[in-house]
Amino acid sequence: MNRTEGRVKVTGLATYAAEYPVENVAYAFVVQAQIAKGRVKRVDAAPALELPGVLAVLSCEAAPRLAEDADPELALFQSREVAYRGQIVAAVVAETHEIARDAAAHVRVDYDADDHDVRLSSDHPGLYQPEVVNPNFPSDTDKGDVEAGLAAAATTVDVTYETPVLHNNPMEPHAALALWDTEGRLLVYDTAQGTTGSRALIAKTLGLPQDQVRVVSRHVGGGFGSKGTTRPQAILAALASRMVGRPVKIALTRQQMFDVTGYRTPTIQRLRIGVDGEGRLTALEHLAYEQSSTLIEFAEQTTVPSRVMYGAPALRTGHRLVRLDVATPSWMRAPGECPGMYGLESAMDELAYAAGLDPVELRVRNDPETEPDSGLPFSSRNLVGCLREGAHRFGWEHRDPEPGIRREGEWLVGTGVAASTYPARRSPCKAVATMRNGDVLIQVAAADIGTGARTVLRRIAAGTLGLDPERVHVELGDSDLPEAPVAGGSMGTASWGTAVVRACEELRRDGKEGRADTTDEVKADAELARHAFGAQFAEVRVSAVTGEVRVSRLLGVFAAGHIVDAKLARSQFLGGMTMGMGMALMEETLTDEEFGGFLHRDLAQYHVPACADAQHVEAVWLDEQDGELNPMGSKGIGEIGIVGTAAAIGNAVFHATGHRFRDLPITPPKILAARF
Amino acid sequence: MKPFEYARAGSTAEAVRDFGPGTMYLGGGTNLVDLMRLGVAEPERLVDVSRLPLDTIEPAGDRVRIGATVRNTDLAADPLIRSRYPMLARAVLTGASGQVRNVATVAGNLLQRTRCTYFQDVTRPCNKRRPGSGCPAIAGDHANLAVLGTSDACVATHPSDLAVALAALDAQVHVTGPGGDRIIPMPGLHRLPGEEPERDTVLAPGDLITAVELPPAPPGASLYRKVRERASFAFALVSIAAVLDVGQDGTVAGCRIALGGVAHAPWRAERAERALIGGPATGEAFLQAAEAELEQARPLPRNAFKVPLARNLIVATLEELAA
Repeated sequence: MNRTEGRVKVTGLATYAAEYPVENVAYAFVVQAQIAKGRVKRVDAAPALELPGVLAVLSCEAAPRLAEDADPELALFQSREVAYRGQIVAAVVAETHEIARDAAAHVRVDYDADDHDVRLSSDHPGLYQPEVVNPNFPSDTDKGDVEAGLAAAATTVDVTYETPVLHNNPMEPHAALALWDTEGRLLVYDTAQGTTGSRALIAKTLGLPQDQVRVVSRHVGGGFGSKGTTRPQAILAALASRMVGRPVKIALTRQQMFDVTGYRTPTIQRLRIGVDGEGRLTALEHLAYEQSSTLIEFAEQTTVPSRVMYGAPALRTGHRLVRLDVATPSWMRAPGECPGMYGLESAMDELAYAAGLDPVELRVRNDPETEPDSGLPFSSRNLVGCLREGAHRFGWEHRDPEPGIRREGEWLVGTGVAASTYPARRSPCKAVATMRNGDVLIQVAAADIGTGARTVLRRIAAGTLGLDPERVHVELGDSDLPEAPVAGGSMGTASWGTAVVRACEELRRDGKEGRADTTDEVKADAELARHAFGAQFAEVRVSAVTGEVRVSRLLGVFAAGHIVDAKLARSQFLGGMTMGMGMALMEETLTDEEFGGFLHRDLAQYHVPACADAQHVEAVWLDEQDGELNPMGSKGIGEIGIVGTAAAIGNAVFHATGHRFRDLPITPPKILAARF
Repeated sequence: MKPFEYARAGSTAEAVRDFGPGTMYLGGGTNLVDLMRLGVAEPERLVDVSRLPLDTIEPAGDRVRIGATVRNTDLAADPLIRSRYPMLARAVLTGASGQVRNVATVAGNLLQRTRCTYFQDVTRPCNKRRPGSGCPAIAGDHANLAVLGTSDACVATHPSDLAVALAALDAQVHVTGPGGDRIIPMPGLHRLPGEEPERDTVLAPGDLITAVELPPAPPGASLYRKVRERASFAFALVSIAAVLDVGQDGTVAGCRIALGGVAHAPWRAERAERALIGGPATGEAFLQAAEAELEQARPLPRNAFKVPLARNLIVATLEELAA
């Protein structure tokens, strides 16, 4: 289906958080810490307050109290401590955005600076084992005897892979517009991936009952996880608005987004894998080193996908975390699976070469009967089907595995494969379906972050009711609507869709209205391993002259349950794969070891793929029947597209050049250093 | 952004007359406005010269005169440019994006500032932005900075593609200013950082570029090639503008080589050119010439790749032109 809101978006009529026409609005702009660690000694707001049009300056010396247990990244101005360079230490409120921005440069902040430590390493003395990793997995698992398995193996690999700091960079910057009404009720137009959760967090932070807060996010210009939890702009807008008694709007700059809206932790991953003479794994160990801030423990679940992928009698996974003087990392498209499958699927390729096996065949031979770590049966698992279908479509059978021997002019050509996986989950959700003049109105506090949620829910409702989708209308993006979980973890459609189906079934019985709350239904789900799988194939061309890498073909084959809408699904898969291409070849935020904070904080320096990079990207899927998921039979598809892409491309670069590049991104400097 | 006055110049004479302390000329604004938002540029007054009647491309005998306010898109699409100087059109099209090229002017392209990450961040030191504050790039992030003609004060690169092509074509930059009119031959417009990295060019305060004049295209085949990790919309890691004329006897009759992404200015590879002219047009000769040029390089740990990259690029480009 075409997107319901496609026309209003391309004609510029869709209203985003910063665009609501509100009278008498004032503007806020933040002041950021210029030290990486220490304390704010003094804030001199006077030079800013003297400027015409400046209404207020908020800082640790002048700010309302927030809840004692507020999330430390949201507890603005509640402490003098500076945990990282770029942290918000003050804000100016003024008549215009321009005045606020100019005045922010006039706020003088004096610091007591301490020595900082911003460098992740696998021998950092501060490394420790977290109790759980995101969202609630055990940090470490250990099954069988890994050392014995490795000792008994015919072939082993022991390799270390690294990924850099990555930033989500949604197109729409983080923005918020806050208004208080005369009864003390707060309305926040925010860029949120979920308004129900955002309402709860904003209320908690401000010490308000939930029914005093409303969050509206009708259109969201991408999030990729960075809007999955409330970000400081929403709290700041609310605080500033209360302080000046007027609506306050704030839009972070692209540079500020790099500092205060989350990022993907860098990872160092050590993998040890052994395989016997028949190509069956004897042991798999996957250990990840990663960082968090001193404020909050966020532990990316990097090695969790190794608990799902391949059968091995000995399987050990773990995570070690170090708390550095950096901003808190957070969710970025497929947290855990995305970096972890880069490590695992690159190492599997190395193992295939070391053992003299075809990389597709090695994966097929180690496809497990049940989930390796838990022993649970899979609700459905079609990784082998994806690999076989992809190999056929890609022409894999004609591939000569010998690396570094295909050359067209200056261009070395190679192909690579990697597997993808992502959990298929759902969460409790409420929805209401109402008959209105023969049309149906669906209400659910879902979020459409550019995925097409509105459209897909229309389709689901129309299908349940046997109606033309033209007669179904969906209202979402508002915390006053029935409570819904976040657009995250690839479970939006599964969660919201279940509630919409149940509400529509109720409507069919009632004739006027149907209400659903899927809490009990979701709680009753059988204990099964539910995951989507996929296989990605890449063809790259590497210039022997310049070290440039171009991806000439990218094919993804996915098994993700029933695909609810082909057009929207293809767009999700292609977007994920293209983002994976960026991870493979260009995306990297530098950490500034001298001054703290990040470097390359704009899109001219942090490169994501341009249209010219996406030459031939194709996504297809297997028709998968799985009755253990939800009424639609669907698995989430927002994240699996990015999982495995970087490994497929990295493996293709090896096939092209004969060199393994084990740290991302694979750039011309690295290729030139290896080859010439 | 610091508040500023804005005035639109009615003529070049008026623009120059209105130029005072704290004034900057505004062209397309694709770089300057960004720098103003970031606080890197803090003009008190902008004199908008983008609508001066300098937006034409005119033949002048066997030469071509390009007005300073011609938009990059129009320059690259101009039939005269495309037929006589295809390498120049190609260089322009490798720069920025279609949207930026629609707005950016010829003079503004030449006068854009370095994209060094420290230069663009007012909270960190930078000798170019705040003379004497230090250069953190030398010990920090310099992966895309200069390897030729650097100083201990600055290792910035000039980001323009157009300037590299103009340097190879011996273009002349027409300037008017408080001191009168003058002509600056490329690559002489841009300077090396030395002890004054805050000065990108030899222009004096109030100088206004009015046109770029191209002499007849040199005989031979020409190419512009730009290396970058992303296929489009990225500054060069290294770029090359080259012209090669191989005589009937197989020797090099004429050769022009200019490099981008390696220095504070477009880098005319004069040593390489001298090494080649009159000699054989062979891969071996190209390699020796490239190495002669790059002997002067002073790479830093994280940009050392630019030396073999520039060498490879010179050799491959000349081989392609000789073929």
